[in-house]
Amino acid sequence: MKHLKSVNQKAARIERATEPHDVVALQRGSLPQTPHFPIGCSLVFSPGWEADRTGGTAGLCQPVERDLFDCHIGCYWPAQVPDQLNHAPDWTAKCAAAQKDWRKIDLIFP
Amino acid sequence: MTTSARQGPEERVSGSPRSAPQHAEQRRSGTPRWVAREHHRFEAAGKPFVYLVPSAAVFGLDETADVILRRVSERPHTRDELSAALDDVDSRSNLDSTLAELSRVRAIREIDAAPEPQPKIIPLAPFPLTTMVLNVTNQCNLSCEYCYEYGEDKIVDTENGKQPKFMTEETAQQSVDFMLRESGGNKVAHVTFFGGETLLNFPVLVKTIAYARQRAAELGKEVDFSLTTNATLLKPDVIEFLAQNRVGVTISIDGPKEVQDKFRVFHNGAGSYDIVAPKIKELLKRHRSRPIGARVTLTSGKMDVRRIYRHLTEDIGFWEVGFAPVTTSPNRRHAISENGYDEMLAQFRDLAFEFLEAAVENRHHGFSNVKETLEELHKGISKAFPCGAGLGLMGVATDGDVALCHRFAGSDVHKFGTVRDGVDRSAQLAFLEAHHIANKTDCHTCWARPLCAGGCYHEAHTRYGETTRPNLHYCNWIRGWTDVCLQVYGALSERNPGFLAQFDRDS
Repeated sequence: MKHLKSVNQKAARIERATEPHDVVALQRGSLPQTPHFPIGCSLVFSPGWEADRTGGTAGLCQPVERDLFDCHIGCYWPAQVPDQLNHAPDWTAKCAAAQKDWRKIDLIFP
Repeated sequence: MTTSARQGPEERVSGSPRSAPQHAEQRRSGTPRWVAREHHRFEAAGKPFVYLVPSAAVFGLDETADVILRRVSERPHTRDELSAALDDVDSRSNLDSTLAELSRVRAIREIDAAPEPQPKIIPLAPFPLTTMVLNVTNQCNLSCEYCYEYGEDKIVDTENGKQPKFMTEETAQQSVDFMLRESGGNKVAHVTFFGGETLLNFPVLVKTIAYARQRAAELGKEVDFSLTTNATLLKPDVIEFLAQNRVGVTISIDGPKEVQDKFRVFHNGAGSYDIVAPKIKELLKRHRSRPIGARVTLTSGKMDVRRIYRHLTEDIGFWEVGFAPVTTSPNRRHAISENGYDEMLAQFRDLAFEFLEAAVENRHHGFSNVKETLEELHKGISKAFPCGAGLGLMGVATDGDVALCHRFAGSDVHKFGTVRDGVDRSAQLAFLEAHHIANKTDCHTCWARPLCAGGCYHEAHTRYGETTRPNLHYCNWIRGWTDVCLQVYGALSERNPGFLAQFDRDS
């Protein structure tokens, strides 16, 4: 910073934490050295919508019904699925394997 | 010169209330207006600085940043208004980059930015215990009028109450086991012996230290010992033991004879100075393994902080002297009045600047109040709770009841279990929930809250009957003292930054 000078430890930490970063594409070969948290499903190990786990597009999404479970279970994003804790605990009870049984998932009306 | 700004609605920031149509026009035109976030501006070594709230970051400001910050503290400004306020072309060309930096460190914000809620994060349990204060007795051979344990404001009946007057060896050993168990992953546990007059139970103290050393060694830990005493019982064999065992010693003493003898008296009313002074000198001569400090209680009447300091360091020979205003209800003879706090601040300021000049030349100065605050400022500590009581520090009463801190030991107010059954986690959690700074709405507009967080629980309990209350009777004093310490800190950062590096090593 040019106009402010970090004097105490906290100021130095704030300066480091707010250091501006360039926007980078996920497909780029090497990631920035500082911690980098991409937004989206490629954050988890299942293939996402933008890029597969290798950074390419060949192994992109599994069938749409697989996404349902990915969002529902593996992701912090609140997917639009029924409330399994309170309202509809058994809505996937008949669906043992999503790719085969997805038609058996219950329809839930709020 | 120092100025402060508060976060929140614009009308609280400045003296020019915003009118709705004017605001609507600003929005339509899309011109952002800048306002200051909570901060405290101060000057040191002729330069401007800012202390940011709640982050507790300290930044030095260049001229452009200083002008901008002062302007937006008065009232909201657009970029064009700020440009007009800057004197020269150079400053104007720096306007955008300065606004970006001030905004980046959260010194300023656009007026339309949504206000941020007070975060309320309760530390995860089990929080490791760092310090256990062991009240080995609740009896005392002095009867200081202002004593919170014996005086008119006491919260525990030490004469007819349920607690034994002396802690037994068994309870002390159970306390050590409790301490080592609750210290979690910490390598070092601190045990402070306290009273009453601690040395009235010297035999148990001796045995407890031996037991603690042995148990800690078995667990691969270390225990550090300290005690507080009024010095009346410092006999040669006691001094020898304390020196050999590297026990840290804090002496409660109020100053020269006439000051000490005013309140620190024996049961028959006789002053204690003539008894304690030679014993303290003996202690200081023999006990060189740890720095020995004096702890002064400041009361009503003529306060002469510098004279007390001189006497205790130069005439008696203490390495450090710490001062604390007496904890009391407002109507007591020894209570400090509103004016008394101003007088105390003026004297603390003198002594703090004396500390500064010593620190600039790398000389030792024993005014411990300023050193403790400097360390907190250097680390940028921003507290959710005023002190470690109920978190890393707990007090143990003579019967083994675990209390919020030593001042509550033996009281049913904020009892946190017993040394035998462990910490009552639900009581601890309820306490932390109720005492978080987010609950103290009076503090939410105060720039000194990162350091104060509402002040001592015991003080609040004595003054207002509620530990949850912030200590509003000394807000001006806290802000004044924090400002003094910031000035000393800023000056040191310019004149001898090497002095502050000692706090980097400690962290």
